[in-house]
Order: sequence, then C-alpha cells, then structure tokens
Amino acid sequence: MSVNFQVNGKPAQANAETDTPLLWVLRDELGMTGTKFGCGAALCGACTVHVNGEAVRSCQTPLSTVSGKKVATVEGLSKNNTHPLQVAWIKHDVPQCGYCQSGQLMSAAALLAKNKNPSDADIDNAMSGNICRCGTYPRIRAAIKDAAATMRKA
Amino acid sequence: MIKTPTSRRSFLKAGTAVSGGLLMAVNLPGTLGQAMAAGTVHTPNAWVHIADDNTITILSAHSEMGQGVHTSMPMLVAEELNVEMNQIKVTDAPPGAVYVNALLGAQITGGSTSVRGSWEKLRIAGAQVREMLISAAAAQWNVDRSQLKADKGMVLGPNGKKATYGSLAAAAAKLPVPEKPALKDPKDFRIVGKRTKRVDTPAKTNGTAEFGIDVTLPGMVYATVQQCPVIGGKVKSFDAAQAKGMPGVQAVVQISDGVAVVADSWWRAKKAMETVKVQWDEGAGSTLSTASIINGTRDAAKSGKVIEITKPQGDVAAALKGAAKVIEAEYVSPMQSHSPLEPMNFTAHVQGEKVLLIGPTQFQQGAQGAVAAALKVKPEDITLKTTFLGGGFGRRLELDFVVQAAEISKAVNKPVKLLWTREEDMMHDYYRPAGVNQLKAGVDANGMPVALHFKVASQSVTQRAFGLPKETLDPFMAEAAVAGYNIPNTKHDLVIHDTGVRVGYWRAVSHSMNAFANESFIDELAKAAGQDPYAYRMKMLSGKPRYANVLKLAAEKAGWGKPLPAGRARGIALMEGYDSYLAEVAEVSLNKDGSVRVHKVTVAADVGHMVNPDTVEAQLQSSIVFGVGAVLKHQITMANGRVQETNYNSYEPVRMHESPQIDIVLVKSTEKPGGIGEPGTAVAAPAIANAVAALTGKRVRSLPITADALRTA
Repeated sequence: MSVNFQVNGKPAQANAETDTPLLWVLRDELGMTGTKFGCGAALCGACTVHVNGEAVRSCQTPLSTVSGKKVATVEGLSKNNTHPLQVAWIKHDVPQCGYCQSGQLMSAAALLAKNKNPSDADIDNAMSGNICRCGTYPRIRAAIKDAAATMRKA
Repeated sequence: MIKTPTSRRSFLKAGTAVSGGLLMAVNLPGTLGQAMAAGTVHTPNAWVHIADDNTITILSAHSEMGQGVHTSMPMLVAEELNVEMNQIKVTDAPPGAVYVNALLGAQITGGSTSVRGSWEKLRIAGAQVREMLISAAAAQWNVDRSQLKADKGMVLGPNGKKATYGSLAAAAAKLPVPEKPALKDPKDFRIVGKRTKRVDTPAKTNGTAEFGIDVTLPGMVYATVQQCPVIGGKVKSFDAAQAKGMPGVQAVVQISDGVAVVADSWWRAKKAMETVKVQWDEGAGSTLSTASIINGTRDAAKSGKVIEITKPQGDVAAALKGAAKVIEAEYVSPMQSHSPLEPMNFTAHVQGEKVLLIGPTQFQQGAQGAVAAALKVKPEDITLKTTFLGGGFGRRLELDFVVQAAEISKAVNKPVKLLWTREEDMMHDYYRPAGVNQLKAGVDANGMPVALHFKVASQSVTQRAFGLPKETLDPFMAEAAVAGYNIPNTKHDLVIHDTGVRVGYWRAVSHSMNAFANESFIDELAKAAGQDPYAYRMKMLSGKPRYANVLKLAAEKAGWGKPLPAGRARGIALMEGYDSYLAEVAEVSLNKDGSVRVHKVTVAADVGHMVNPDTVEAQLQSSIVFGVGAVLKHQITMANGRVQETNYNSYEPVRMHESPQIDIVLVKSTEKPGGIGEPGTAVAAPAIANAVAALTGKRVRSLPITADALRTA
C-alpha cells in the first residue's frame, strides 16, 4: 500500500510500511537527506520538518499520519539559500558541525511563520526542543531576530 | 582494562606505511581523483591542486567537525598562494604520511592542534606553489623571476604579461619544490587574522552538506548493530529467526563487537534488530559501578604509585609544616560521554582485497590501518574519503564503528552504510575518565599560599589508545595541572588508575578536571583568607603578563565587583591550555527548582596570533556551552557494568533556554597561535562552581552541580 502526500509542494508517494517514521521515508526512500536522525525519540529536534505548517519531529511521525498532507523540509526553504532564515544563518555563520541546523532552521521557520517579532522567551519556547551539541545557540538567537526583521520589512 | 583486539600502535604503523604526497593524491576518490588520472589536475605539492580550468583546490588534512578547519586551513595556504578565498575549493585529504599532524604524530584532528600544527606548514605550502608558478612563468616568458609577481590567481609580468595559475600549473608541477620559500611578514597578511566567512556554511543551511549518515553508494544496503550492554562483552549465541523473516531484511551477521542486521532500509534493519535475542559473555566489565570507579580512583590517589608531573619546586613538606594554616580539599569529576548529534556511522564497500571507506572520522590513518588489520588487507588498498562530521569532540578518533562497517560489508559482499541508534552510541562510548583531585596548601599569616601539593588520580586514555607504557607520565592527564600562580613550594603528582572503563579523549581532556580542581581550590583559599578571588589571584601573577592580562580583561568586561541584582553572583577562573590563555567570569542564580542558571559568561582569551577571529569567537561560544552542560547536568553512571544513560533525556545537552549570554574579549597578539576548540570548556567549570559558591555559600566539589548536589552540600 502506498501513501500519497506532498513534499515541498510536489507530489510524493511512499511504499514503506505505514508505521515507518516519516524521517526514514524522506531519507531512505525519497533520498532527501537534509533531515537528520539524532535520537529517534523526539528529544533532539534534528529531524524537524513541517506537516501542514506545524513543526513536528519526523522520527516520531508515522508515514500513515501524513497521507494527503503537506510536508516541508529544509530542502524546501530554498535551494539557493535565499530564504530570510538561510540568509541570516549565513550572515551570522551559525553552523559549526551543522548536523542539527536543518532542524533548527525548520523550528525557526515555524516560529517566524506565526510570529514575526519573537521575544527571547518566544525563541526559547520555540527552539528548546532542538539540541545543538556545538552550542551555536547565541548565533541561532541572533540570526532568528535578524531574519524576523527582514521578514517584517518584506 | 577492556582490551581492543589490536593495539592502536599497530594501526599507526600500518597507516604510516602508506606512502604520502603525490602518489597518494591520485588515490583521491571523486571528480578530483578522476581529473588527476586524466592529467587535467596538477599537484605542485600535496596541499594545492590546480586544474587546467583554473580551479584551485586546497586539501585539508583536518576533518571539519564544526571547528572551522575547512576555512582556517585554506586561509593559511591562500595567504601565501596569493589567491582570494572565493577562488578556492576545499576537500578533505586522503590518508597519507604527508598529512600527518606533527604535534600528535599521526593524521589526527584533535587536541586543538589544527591551527597550531599548520601555522607554518600550510603557509610554506602556499608559498612553495606561488614560487613554482612564478618560476614556470619566468621560464615561459624568458624573463627573470624578480620581475614577476603573483596576485589573485594570476602571475603578472613586465609589459602587461599575465597568465592564470591554471595555465601555468602543469609546468609548475614539474619543477623542484623550493624547501624554504620566503614567507610574508605577518603585517602584510590580507587573509590571516581577518574575519572570514566559513566556506561550509551555505551547504549547512540548505540540507546539501554531506555527513556520514548521508552517504549513498550504488547497490548500498543499510545496517545497524547490537553490542553487549557491558562494553567489551562478546556474543555467545544469538537467535535471529524472527528478524530474518521480516520485510527487507537481507542478513543477520555476527561481527567482532556484536550482531548486525542488514536490510534494504535502515528502519527495517532497526525494527528487525529489536527482535534479535543475543546471549552475551559479558566479560570482566560486568562488575563495574559508579561507586567502584570513583572509590577505586580515590583509593589510588591515596596509595597508588606517584608519577611526577613536573619537578617539585622548593620544599613542600617543610613549607607545609611552617605554614600558618593548612587547607585541603578533594574534587571529583565524573565520567562524560561525547554524544555528538550524528550517531556513529560509516559506509564501507569491501571488494576482495580492495576497500572503500566513506564517513566521519578524526583519524584517517587509524581508520585505514584498523580496517587493514581487521580484514587482513594492505592499507594502500583501502581508499578513505572523509565526510563532514556531525560533531566529534574526540569520539570520532575511535575506530570501532569503521571496522564494524567493513566487517559487515565483507560478510554481505555489498556496500553497507552502518548507523548506530542513539542508545548504542551513548552506551558504547569511550568515556571521559572520572578523576579525583586532592589539593593541599599551606598559607602564610596573610592567607597567601606558600606551598601547594597537587595530586590527580584518573585513568590513562593514552595507555588504552596508543599503548603508552604503564607508570609513565601521560601528558594528556597532566594538562593544566600546573597553574600560573607564583607559589614558592609546589609539587604536582599523578596517579594512573585503570578502572576497567573504556575511556577516550573528550573535549579539553584532563584540562577539565585539573582546572576545575585548581581554580576551585584557589577560590577556597581566597575565601579562607577573606580576600576577593580576583584580587587574590592577581597578587600571584607578577611576571605572568598573559595570565594577568586576560584575568583583568575578563573582570573588567564582566563588571567584577559591581553590584548585581539580588540572587545573583559571579565567579572567576583562569587557565592556560593548548598555548591559549583564558579567563572566564560566570554570573549565576538559582532556578525555582534549586538548579543553577548561568546567565552570562564573560571570557577574555589570548590565543596568540588568530587565523579567523570569527571562528575563535564561535569556538569560545561552543566550548562554554559544552562546559555549562558538563558542570551542571552531565555524568555517565554505571551499574553492573552497564551505562545507565541511554539518550538525550538522561544525558541532556544544554538547550537554548539554558544557554548563557556569552561576552567575548579577544586579545590582539602576535604570539604563536594557541588552540581554541577546547580550553573554554575547562575554564567554564570552575568559573560556574565559584559563582555558585559565592551565591549559596556552598562549595560543591563533586560535579555535576545539580539541585540535589546543592541541597546535600
């Protein structure tokens, strides 16, 4: 049985068992490796994607639950790094090892979609599910504020 | 001690048997390797490859694990090669003798050595190629070299003559390599010392950066492993009947370290693994517990064989006897795990005698040597490609997961991507050893120390990893043992105690436990003397300008001595490590649940001549956040030989809301470069511990400083 849904605005079909986490469907079946595996238990946020605009942990999202829905991944922000968050991430040279950053960007994108002027507390709330073992938090915070300012002007 | 089947030392030998330089370069996988074989890429030396189309590729012998080497290494080459950073590409060097890190004697990324070890080497490499390109142009144009200069990828000559590096590369590569090319005066640097954008950032913001977990090969299958819950235990038997019947499962194989399931997707392999029942021979490690580890180390501190870290100064025994007061304290550091966000993984394709390895490693030569030894193939028949590392912190110096991937590929005769679960990763780390530091000081009537006896007991990673002979000084246990203070009578002792735990190098290695002890103790002495901890330290730093300078700068920037809101306090600490001098001031309060909140860390750092100041700042931020976790939250515990922490809920890295504001003061310096990836972690522990003591009046001498630890202190 295959499951149909959208990924980054394009139709997608997956044939994995329907209890397979969306993370592994994206990575191993659809070949979209931008979304990362960190803990397998919704503790680290490396696998964060959007389902119908909400940030979810794809390692805990069974394929069956995304049938007919819109999935967005880091690859969908923009390929050429033109999304305001990507621009800000580059301006602040946020990533170190970079492994968590896909998830950080997707959590930040979900935040800014709803709140274009987040306070420090708003950022803490939206981003505390995303672990960065390299400790890039000061730059993530600065980049989110920068991107938010850009998006307010747009 | 749990022994690995072959000592690392033999891996090293196997690795260094591989010839370096130009021969190795043609073994490069990928398009660069193909272009070289086709003769369109030229290699004036092992670091710079120039293609006919003028593409300039600089090889990094150091793995990019977040510390910025894919930017800082090429900056050193580009400075002397006279090219702009946007004119070059970067690729990871293959294993090869020419790429050996002279500071560590092997091709290793670690020990905060990348810039220190490459500072001269890579500038010379860039200058060599610049000189060879000029010589090639001089010959081509039949003019004297002195009339030519190289700039922005072009050689320029009289009468407007010019040629791209690409057009000269073939001729240049045939010329002898000048041994001692002229290097620039640092005042003429255009790139080194300037804030420079990381070359790897764009790929890390759109999902295209390739980590080990992202590698794919045609026909590749996916594997996961189950290892004995007691590290070092071996498979007695296993039942995989159910797993073999599950969808997509191709094989269940026994390997040296456990059992692997191979399937057509990783999730299917993982699901099948949940049904595999293994009977283990747990081995000697099954009796280990946190208490046995710490108590054994403490007993060793009391009665174990003492190794002198440095020659004693003066007469400590006599000075202690004559002191107005003697103060003693013991500090305990627990085990720590590395837990980089990318779980251990590697991709291998074994085809008879030939092996392809692709993945994240801090130790290329070791990976090659270990697989050669395990599979009984020649190191030179092993091609290794390094990907980005999703964090390292020392974990990816180890080779267990590389050998496992090769063993599985050999067993199934297919390319295999091995990926561990987080649980396997956390429970099968090579842990930062526990340490017990015992300090004793004699102070005079003014409370100033006249004698100091420092003793640390811990486990030697270097004995396990590199076969360091027993009862010899392991320098990686003695870091930051000798602090910068002027104390007339001192003695610094080390006791090496093998707890039986599988230990590994962890960010800042022994600096972390030794600086925690030394700088906590100095604070305790200051308190006993009724003196301000900053002023007390300063009194002992005459003739130590680099120490004194960073201490003063950090204190000034942090507003040391200025009033704070109620419920907050500051602590200060100072250390030299990796030739860098750091002082940190932490500002803390208590959360409602009694846990510590670090609001701000101010750091002043004199790291010598900086290559990329932005990376220095990034590494300070990174190492301090890492340190906050270690001092407030983290410890690895054991019961019945089993590591009790299994995922990021029981060993939870610092999160956004716990991450402090970090204020940074960088000292401009022309001293030789110091390392900066690690020392910030070590200084954070005592700075925070001292702040907590100032706030609560309670001195926690055993890390981590949790709410529970404070309640019982």
